[in-house]
Amino acid sequence: MAEPAAKRRLEELGAEAEAAVAATGAASELEDVRVRYLGRRSELTAALRSIGDLPAEERGAVGQAANAVRVRLEEMIAERVASLEADELERRLEQDRVDVTLLGDPAFPTGHLHLVSEIRRELEDVFVGLGFTVLEGPEVEYEYYNFTALNHPPSHPARLPQDTFYLSDRVLLRTHTSPMQVRAMEAGGPPIYVVVPGRVYRPDTPDATHVPMFHQLEGLAIDEDITLGDLRGVLLEFARAVFGPSRQVRLRPGYFPFTEPSVEVDVSCFVCDGTGAVGSERCPTCKGEAWIEILGAGMVDPNVLGYVEDSGYDPERVQGFAFGMGIERIAMLKYGVPDLRMLWENDVRLLEQFGA
Amino acid sequence: MRVPVAWLRSYCDPGLSAAEIADVLTMSGIKVERLHRAGVGDPSAFVIGRVLDAERHPNADRLSVCRVDDGSGEPRTIVCGAPNVAGGQTVAVARPGAVMPDGTELGEAKLRGVRSSGMILAEDELGIGTDHSGILVLEEDGLPPGTPLAEALAIADELIEVEITPNRPDAMGVYGVARDVHAVTGAPLAEDPTAFDVEPAGADRAEEHAHVEIADTEVCLRFTARVFEDVEVGPSPPWLKQRLMAAGQRPISNVVDITNYVMLTCGQPLHAFDLDEVRGSRIVVRRAREDEAMTTLDGVERRFSSDVALVCDSEGPSGIAGVMGGQVSEVSAKTTRVLMEAATWVGPNIMRTSRALGLRTEASARFEKGLHPELAMAGQRLAARLMVELCGARLVPGTLDAYPRPVAPRRVKLRLGRIGSLLGEPMPEDEVHTVLERLGFEVAPDGSGRLAAVVPPSRDGDVQREADLIEEVARIHGLDRLPATLPARRRAVGRLRPAQRLRRRLEDALRDRGLSEVVAYSFTSPSALDRLRVDPADALAIRNPLSEEGSVMRPLLLPGLLDAARHNAAHGRPGLRLFESAHVYAAAGAGEGGDGSDPVQMAEAAPRGALPARERHHLAGLLTEAAPSTWRAEARVADFYAARGLVEALLAIAGVEWRAEPGARPFLHPGRSATVRGAADGRELGWIGELHPLVAREWEVPAAAAFELDADAIDELEPDRGQDGYRDLTSFPAVVQDIAIVVDEGISAARIEAAVRAGAGDLLRSVRIFDLYRGEQLGAGRKSLALRLEFRAPDRTLTDAEVAARRSEIEAALAEIGGALRA
Repeated sequence: MAEPAAKRRLEELGAEAEAAVAATGAASELEDVRVRYLGRRSELTAALRSIGDLPAEERGAVGQAANAVRVRLEEMIAERVASLEADELERRLEQDRVDVTLLGDPAFPTGHLHLVSEIRRELEDVFVGLGFTVLEGPEVEYEYYNFTALNHPPSHPARLPQDTFYLSDRVLLRTHTSPMQVRAMEAGGPPIYVVVPGRVYRPDTPDATHVPMFHQLEGLAIDEDITLGDLRGVLLEFARAVFGPSRQVRLRPGYFPFTEPSVEVDVSCFVCDGTGAVGSERCPTCKGEAWIEILGAGMVDPNVLGYVEDSGYDPERVQGFAFGMGIERIAMLKYGVPDLRMLWENDVRLLEQFGA
Repeated sequence: MRVPVAWLRSYCDPGLSAAEIADVLTMSGIKVERLHRAGVGDPSAFVIGRVLDAERHPNADRLSVCRVDDGSGEPRTIVCGAPNVAGGQTVAVARPGAVMPDGTELGEAKLRGVRSSGMILAEDELGIGTDHSGILVLEEDGLPPGTPLAEALAIADELIEVEITPNRPDAMGVYGVARDVHAVTGAPLAEDPTAFDVEPAGADRAEEHAHVEIADTEVCLRFTARVFEDVEVGPSPPWLKQRLMAAGQRPISNVVDITNYVMLTCGQPLHAFDLDEVRGSRIVVRRAREDEAMTTLDGVERRFSSDVALVCDSEGPSGIAGVMGGQVSEVSAKTTRVLMEAATWVGPNIMRTSRALGLRTEASARFEKGLHPELAMAGQRLAARLMVELCGARLVPGTLDAYPRPVAPRRVKLRLGRIGSLLGEPMPEDEVHTVLERLGFEVAPDGSGRLAAVVPPSRDGDVQREADLIEEVARIHGLDRLPATLPARRRAVGRLRPAQRLRRRLEDALRDRGLSEVVAYSFTSPSALDRLRVDPADALAIRNPLSEEGSVMRPLLLPGLLDAARHNAAHGRPGLRLFESAHVYAAAGAGEGGDGSDPVQMAEAAPRGALPARERHHLAGLLTEAAPSTWRAEARVADFYAARGLVEALLAIAGVEWRAEPGARPFLHPGRSATVRGAADGRELGWIGELHPLVAREWEVPAAAAFELDADAIDELEPDRGQDGYRDLTSFPAVVQDIAIVVDEGISAARIEAAVRAGAGDLLRSVRIFDLYRGEQLGAGRKSLALRLEFRAPDRTLTDAEVAARRSEIEAALAEIGGALRA
């Protein structure tokens, strides 16, 4: 059976339309093509509508052919649309290219914690991890807590106005964080494990290593069986957390009125790794000593416990250690800040170097 | 203190290098600050020589050309300028190449045409004395020419500079230091140089020559004196001069040098009077009369307060007790009769005097640590031996000894078990014995784990209790040998309290919003408060400030932030965002929370936890620019709303409901400032505002906005930080409606919001002002606000009718405050 002319025409039409689709360069052109070949007035639509007019034996073949052409065209157009859209997106993305090296949007550039705050938090976290709680206390303090209950005799020179700021005969600016030892023990019986960070004051004329206000962190641990060895272990953990995992600590005899025995604690130098030398030069941080003096400590003097015996601190039954360190000293050591006075000048050129 | 190592070794030589000895000392309680060499370089270039002959230099009257036998076989020619050089003398010779104490190297030189090969030395050139009037002429002593000079004189020495803690006056003498070396190393310790006395001569008695009396026993515990006659004042022998020089003391004369030598040996300062200049041959110890004056040995006339202890003769002061003698009875070349004083002064009194006069001497540095009265006689014994030996003096029999309350030796008991329980490591009983005995304690065990120790006088001030004895044992045993353990921590848990965590959160929030933290002095100046229009009289004042700049405790953080802003503006950084987190201070009883006690009237009794002042932890910020300009946005100015935005963020983090009331502080812009109050009880939490232009001008900062919050007050509100539990906001949709209303300019956003809420009832979930408009068509004094309302019910989808009903209620409520819905 010969192919009907209508079917041939449809195939021609299909080929023509396929060429037209392939020739389109933009989505808008494609719409024209679609209307031309698939629209209501298109030849294909007309052909489909007029199938009924064909002889009965041709209807089936022509109908199938018309539908095949239609389906094929629709698929092609869809494909072509996708392809053109992808091209267009590609072009737009190319146009949208930015200079990625320009600064990002700093709607709120972040600020900085003060170096002292940063170190204070670091120390707090270390000691919290070691089982200590963090206390704060008054900076305006009674002479009683600052000196008397810490076993400073009435004639102790630290009490003189050359060494202590006084607000009245018995009220002063605390010269160390140690008065909180006594306040903490008064407030709660043993066992007690606390650290006390905070500001302290001494009437030193400012120079590179003295300022009239600085920060300390006090530690106190009292229980039935706390030993000097425990102090050593706790401070070893502290030194390793703050100055690096291979640090050692060294205890030397020292003297403080409120501890007995008293010790000075050195940490092995973290710059020269305790060798005293960097290359062939003397280590600038430890001055060739291999050790850096870092804090004072000791076993709490029985006389101090005697002041809080009412609160459950019988010196025959409980014992413990205390230590105190200068936060600025650690800052100066760790970061090489050369002059203490710079810390309170609050120059943003310094502030912005730390605590981001 | 400087400890010459050669001197130290003469008492205890552990066979260690100076550096090793320094380490021993540091680790047992005498901190070594520095170790250095003193004296000449390589000692082998210095030898004993004999002057064969000395002739006048052909071309120079004052120079001599000497032939010197230095043991090398060939006599060497040395040109010498000393007037006392003469043939036959035994002298000290430096060969060419010798390095002198000042570091210069000796070369060969032609002096006025004569080649000089070496140098005949004066004692100052060797660093062993101060005399430069002539060359040092040595005793022959059978030392042949060529003998190393170091065998006769300590021309090269090592010095250990130590820092002595206040509890160790015994270590203020070389012998005391040697005792620690002995205790640690076990190397033999020489007999105590103060143990032996000298036989007096004559039939007279000291009492016949002089009289001593303590009139004030509160300043003097003991006053001893000995009388010496036939004293020949002159220079000290080289060995003595060398020791003094090495220890940092200038040799003066044999008598004065003896007093210093005794002090440097055992720590007991002495004073020598010319007895013929002690008026009335009578010494009285008393305190000064107010404004009494005297000229001290250093030639300075000094005036005294009535606290100062004086050593007086029958006409007036002749010395400041324990600090410095007076010129009036100073030993001189003419002196033949010496009254040697060894006294025991009360430490704190000496310290006060020394500080008040600004005069700290070797003597006061020792007395202020508190010496034991027994030490005075120890000093007398050593001094007497040297007076007889070096000054040819006759010791008059008897010691004048005013000692009103003799001190008995102290006995301290020690439970051996306590050593282990305190240190963390038990210590064998025999080691405990050995250590204590080496330190000079007499130890008597009782066989039941206890012992009693008699404390040597030089350690009496420091060792009084069991804990003190344990420290002695521990420091000699070596603290560094103790184990490193961690506490058992049976009941303790470490954590930050909620308030501490919140404070960190708030600080971090400010940091993350672009503010940098400052730390400013807690004190400020009254004038800074004046400039802020805050009354300085309300601030706590420091009695002894370093300066007016830091004389009052700050009642708010703002001045420190302003100072920091000024500093940075002056250094070219005007756009600033700063905050501080710190205490502020007020008198106790000011505001709520204080305990009401007046700090000035606080009794001596234990305060029992009372607080002497009202301290609050504040959090404050200062902006001179809210955000910096960027390549695509202008800088945001620091205005009220920039500061308010920060406060909103902080209080949202804290979970505090709050409100802002207009007007706040005298240092703020009156129309652009607010007091921050807690919504629940109206408690004041702080303030927000733009700086008053006059305040900004005072600090030379551009217009700025600031805020200050009382972090303690926020904590006291015990805010719940989103801990109410879950609320269902997703099951049913919200209905959002925007409305625009026109109201009078004077109606605040807070009143509008309150009206909307009153009208809307429970269904209103939120209301937000998203636009503010002023324009001619509204008419003067009117403003338009656009509000976005969100309605929501927890249990159903709202119907249009429900929302419409709410909306008309809102319109009615707004009408009550004069608000009209805008078409």
